[in-house]
Amino acid sequence: MPPTSRHWIVRRLQHLDGILLTLVLLLLGVSLAVVASASGQSPARISGHLINIGLALSVMVVMANVPPHILSKVGPPLYVAGVVLLVGVALFGEIRNGARRWLNLGFAFQPSELLKLALPLMLAWYFQRNEAVLRSKHFLVGGALLLVPFLLILRQPDLGTALMLGASGFYLLFFAGLPWKVIAGGGLLGAASLPVVWGFMHDYQQRRVLTLLDPTSDPLGDGYHIIQSTIAIGSGGLFGKGWAQGTQNQLDFIPERTTDFIYAVFGEEFGYVGTILLVGLYLAIVARGLIIAARAPTLFGRLMAATLSLNLFTYAFVNMGMVSGILPVVGVPLPLMSYGGTALITLLLGLGIVMSVATHRQLNKT
Amino acid sequence: MRRPAPLKNLDRELARFHGRLKAGAGFVALLATVLLAREFYLQITQHAFYTGRAESNRISLVPIAPNRGLILDSKGRVLAENYSAYTLEVTRAHIHNLEATLTEVGKLIEITPGQLRRFRRLLAESHEFETVPLKSKLTDEEVAILAANRYRLPGIEVKARLFRNYQAGPGMAHVVGFIGRINDRDLKQLRESGREKNYQGGAHIGKTGLEQSYETLLHGRTGFDQMETDSGGRAVRVLSRIAPVPGKDLRLYLDRELQEVAEHAFGDYLGGLVALDPNTGGVLALVSKPGFDPNLFVDGIDPVTWKSLNESPDRPMVNRVLRGIYPPGSTIKPFMAMAGLELGLRKPEDAIVDPGYFSLPRSRHQYRDWKKGGHGVVNLSKSIAQSCDVYYYRLAVDMGIDRMHDYLAQFGLGEKSGIDLDGESAGLLPSREWKQRRFKQVWYPGETVIAGIGQGYHLTTPLQLAVATAMIANGGQRIEPRLAQAARDPLTRTWQTLPAPARTRLAIDPQNLAAVREGMVAVTHPGGTASRAAAGAVYTIAGKTGTAQVVGIKQGARYDAASLARKHRDHALFIAYAPAENPTIAIAVMVENGEHGATTAAPIARAVMDFYLTGKRPGAMTLGGNDATD
Repeated sequence: MPPTSRHWIVRRLQHLDGILLTLVLLLLGVSLAVVASASGQSPARISGHLINIGLALSVMVVMANVPPHILSKVGPPLYVAGVVLLVGVALFGEIRNGARRWLNLGFAFQPSELLKLALPLMLAWYFQRNEAVLRSKHFLVGGALLLVPFLLILRQPDLGTALMLGASGFYLLFFAGLPWKVIAGGGLLGAASLPVVWGFMHDYQQRRVLTLLDPTSDPLGDGYHIIQSTIAIGSGGLFGKGWAQGTQNQLDFIPERTTDFIYAVFGEEFGYVGTILLVGLYLAIVARGLIIAARAPTLFGRLMAATLSLNLFTYAFVNMGMVSGILPVVGVPLPLMSYGGTALITLLLGLGIVMSVATHRQLNKT
Repeated sequence: MRRPAPLKNLDRELARFHGRLKAGAGFVALLATVLLAREFYLQITQHAFYTGRAESNRISLVPIAPNRGLILDSKGRVLAENYSAYTLEVTRAHIHNLEATLTEVGKLIEITPGQLRRFRRLLAESHEFETVPLKSKLTDEEVAILAANRYRLPGIEVKARLFRNYQAGPGMAHVVGFIGRINDRDLKQLRESGREKNYQGGAHIGKTGLEQSYETLLHGRTGFDQMETDSGGRAVRVLSRIAPVPGKDLRLYLDRELQEVAEHAFGDYLGGLVALDPNTGGVLALVSKPGFDPNLFVDGIDPVTWKSLNESPDRPMVNRVLRGIYPPGSTIKPFMAMAGLELGLRKPEDAIVDPGYFSLPRSRHQYRDWKKGGHGVVNLSKSIAQSCDVYYYRLAVDMGIDRMHDYLAQFGLGEKSGIDLDGESAGLLPSREWKQRRFKQVWYPGETVIAGIGQGYHLTTPLQLAVATAMIANGGQRIEPRLAQAARDPLTRTWQTLPAPARTRLAIDPQNLAAVREGMVAVTHPGGTASRAAAGAVYTIAGKTGTAQVVGIKQGARYDAASLARKHRDHALFIAYAPAENPTIAIAVMVENGEHGATTAAPIARAVMDFYLTGKRPGAMTLGGNDATD
């Protein structure tokens, strides 16, 4: 390919994956429509969302142009920085709503956000480095790398984020070839330690789990969110009430309806057909990500593409599960749907990496 | 550097990675299946259920309280009316932090400590989902401020409400009564009588007076709006409506001006007055002094004001006409005279010589006449005109307590009159049987003697005296007093007379009736006890003065007003009807600590009759003086 003959912008865009981009744009279009409906067509919300989308897409384009071998080198310093900041949070962090999660760096900052990318990058870099001599020892080290930020975040306390981070780390170890025996053993051990974990859980965490089991126990308190969102989704039926026609949405019964509970609005207005299409879009993104992973030339690329894809779907599952009342309420936004800049940028940054893995294949080989 | 580990077979590693990818895809498929199954359950299987939930979320039935009927006097003047004003109302269930919200509201508009106290008391009495007024009668500016801040104050609402206004003031409070907020006791009663639903949306119910006794008629029927509401409970739009039916207006027999004349005539004195139309039983005026401002109660009285009203030694909350029970004193004499004639114990011309006292046979105890030295030769007419005690001591002994009881009972003494107001006292008409039951004691002859002049165990209300007086005026018709005359249908705007109560008739020999009437007319003529009060009247008044003792007087001592504190002075009584030939008004007046019926009670009755019969308003009156008459 003669790269010099084209304009540099076009060259930059060549690193985007067409299929993935199409799917992402479709989802973002749906998101725009639902955010518009949920905000009562507030111009401020819609333009805010558009700006976030523009920003996040630019980040994606930039990331797609960073070759994987450069990316992999960012892993260790980013990881170390993240862990140091987490320790900083534990020592000097600001307490909000009873949890020490924020670090004041002139602006409020949650280091746990940083780890969402830093941990997979670090682990992928580590396994890539030891690709040729991979043994059990390396999985132990990988486990330790996972456990350090996991425990620090758990201590804040932020169970939701810790579990999501743990999941992404686990996916990476899994794709790196963590033996099935260890997985099975860990699973058993985890199940056996559930009562102990329950004992260590904070009151509000226990309450969230209990609320999930019986939302009606506290209909105006913790259970209110779940009750109202399930009513919204259930009343949507097969085809939904139509865009901006959801009564639960329009009459303010759904809490946090442009952010964490946006799926309730979607479910109410677009029904089960909409849900199938939405889940289908997520599945298509994951499928494309896994295909990219399968074709990736390096272990780093394979691990990153597979982990980030699976991670994205996990977020979608946890959010939708929470909104439809099968998982406890944790503050996880619906990927590419919820209003909010940070999450959107993090996600498209990840997808940018996946695209980079996809499009730098040939370059790497030569 | 360490010896390198054996190199891995990269192809095998890649194959294993592909296997892991498939496992990952399988995991994702599993999660997707769980999600889709869950949404299938919610959106397809349970769709109908959740649709119902969403609808009941969205739609609420909002009751619309009907306009309460007006209360008008006989000439159509308004005594109780409605006006619309804005109130700030709070729904506890919709507020997360009540104290913070109250502070927030306090920053926007002024909330006085009294309003806050009242609010807290009402809050303690109401249910979580009820709206409780925090401040009534908001100014336009306050309404604007609250409306602008509504979005950040969920559970706080500004509502246009109808308020009750009693413009006739304290003088009418004992007649019209007041409405107040429905409390637990009212709610229980409404529930038991199956009227609860009709009170949704309305916070008020008649508590006393006509507002209470004609509650069903005045209240009307509650309507309902089917509203779409948002999660804060605020109405978004009306979907459908069942209109409320307003309450009926009530017209009284009572004349507001006459009432004012009567009230004014009392001057500084406390007491009660009731004027009846002896032919219909309609209540022309009903005064109980002191009154109180009924408007204080409409939206919950604040505890401090309530305490001062309730604990005042003047007892403004007690309706003296219905609930004040006093010995009838000499006002019982016309009825005793009637009993003597009808029972054949006396003839009008039968005369006695009054030496100034009476003794029972074989007793040295002297029952004194109020007039030292006595009235000399006294026949029936003179006995009434001059209120001769000895005549009635002797008549009572001849009659005996049981016959006295049975005859007087026919005039309604010792019984509730059945007026259309709640809380009437029955009073007490003593008898041998009653004393046995009450005290397990025999009746003593001496008790019969004083019963003959309305002392001893006798207790009557001013209303009972008025009813009995009206019976003499109308020739024996036992009337049941009525305040309300007619009700107006709010839709057709036509007045319908309320059904008249059944009445009984006491057969009285016309000659006997004439004799007693003649005595009562003589009361207001020269030589009679109330001649001064009746002087100059262009119509003839038939009346009778009386005194109700407050403090017992020892044998041998005389009543000395000067040495007694005012609150221990006797109550003055006066009963009358006019014009004597064709009576259209019958009155009973009780003046607390007024001492003499002739000097304090009779002039009040005169003022009322003057205005009623001639339209003449009284000039400045002075009550009292110290004529030693009874």
